Amino acid sequence: MQQLIYFIRKFRYFLLFILLEVVAFFFTIQHHSYHKSKFVNSANSITGGIYNTTNSINEFFQLKKDNRQLIEEITNLKNTVIINNLSIEKDSFNINKSEKFRQKYQYTFAKIINNNYTKRNNVLTIDKGIKQGITSDLGVINSKGIIGVTKNTSNNYTTVLSILNNNSKINARLKSSNHFGTLIWNGNDFNILQLIDIPRQAKLKVGDTIITGGKSAIFPEGINIGTIKDFSFENNQYKTINIELFNDMSNLGYVQIIKNLERTEQLLLEKENTND
Amino acid sequence: MTNLVLNNSVRFLGLVLLQVLILNNLNLFGFINPMVYIIWVILFPIRKNQSTFLILSFLLGLTVDFFSNSGGINAGATLLIAYLRLPILRAVLKKYDFDFLLFNLRTISFGKAFLFISILTLIHHVTVFSLEYFSINSYQTIISNTILTSIFTIILSILGIILFTKKK
Repeated sequence: MQQLIYFIRKFRYFLLFILLEVVAFFFTIQHHSYHKSKFVNSANSITGGIYNTTNSINEFFQLKKDNRQLIEEITNLKNTVIINNLSIEKDSFNINKSEKFRQKYQYTFAKIINNNYTKRNNVLTIDKGIKQGITSDLGVINSKGIIGVTKNTSNNYTTVLSILNNNSKINARLKSSNHFGTLIWNGNDFNILQLIDIPRQAKLKVGDTIITGGKSAIFPEGINIGTIKDFSFENNQYKTINIELFNDMSNLGYVQIIKNLERTEQLLLEKENTND
Repeated sequence: MTNLVLNNSVRFLGLVLLQVLILNNLNLFGFINPMVYIIWVILFPIRKNQSTFLILSFLLGLTVDFFSNSGGINAGATLLIAYLRLPILRAVLKKYDFDFLLFNLRTISFGKAFLFISILTLIHHVTVFSLEYFSINSYQTIISNTILTSIFTIILSILGIILFTKKK
């Protein structure tokens, strides 16, 4: 017993060092796995609050760009409204049973208060949380394309797993055909993502548009992602397909969070099928 | 004594805010973000009882981790250099016994101080990038990132130390 106490006294700094290092390593392992909810994240009131304050200063310098983006989006929306009105006039149908027409997706807007894109695993922070109805695993987009999936939430802040992350796997497809693939990031360039698992029957061209696939319950189908920059075809299979994003990931402001109102229903149904 | 505590607390908070609000968004040449907060570890006074120092270094790294959503990467690396600081200082100065209490980084020659800071920075950055990439296949990226980021961290740290500490 005395020897044990002597041992602990002699190596007490080393033991403390090992103990703390194990704690740090535990957090790191947790950081690298997708499914665990993380203890160390910036969705708490202190870090979120500080980011919020500094962001409001930065925002002032972005006003010009934000205004331009808003005007572009308004113009787009006006154009679509006009087209819709015309088609309604042409077909002239009435909606009698409103329960047939359901709302599947609900959109909430939020502001990115901490953006990063140079690391291997990038996580963003936005200024909405549980109080505003945000949960984990919701899609985050802006007018140009997809940005990521929500992860940890606190009362007023949420962290978003960026598409520039090792754990991010987004279902994507070609706009011209129905061939599905998975969108990943190899960590090199923050504007270039990689599309894998595309079947060899698919016909690709440089410049083809890639959109979300809608196979997952997170993103609706048809949201823009980017265009094919280059690809290589080896051994009768597609090797790396590089996708250039429409979005500039280094310059993000306001985003929309997509809540799939039928997600639980869809997941339950899919689970039932696998149980059989 | 209270002056020392106050001094180090202010430095702790100042460096964390400098790191997470400015340096983490610097992106020099597209990807270099110097990690200057480790000056706190270099400048912390050397005492016989190391427990407080180890725990505070761990907390320093963890605070940076909270802001940058990086798990325990910075905490682990900062703790490692905190533990290795005294052995490395002894090796650099080639003296086993020296006066801990009166030690000041500004009193030793520039070459030795530079070597001491560089070794600690390199160890810290290698650990951070290895834990961040977490795969042996990307060793080239890890090495190049470590070297490039270390150059800027060392330059900024030395400038900061020269400008903001008193020479006695």
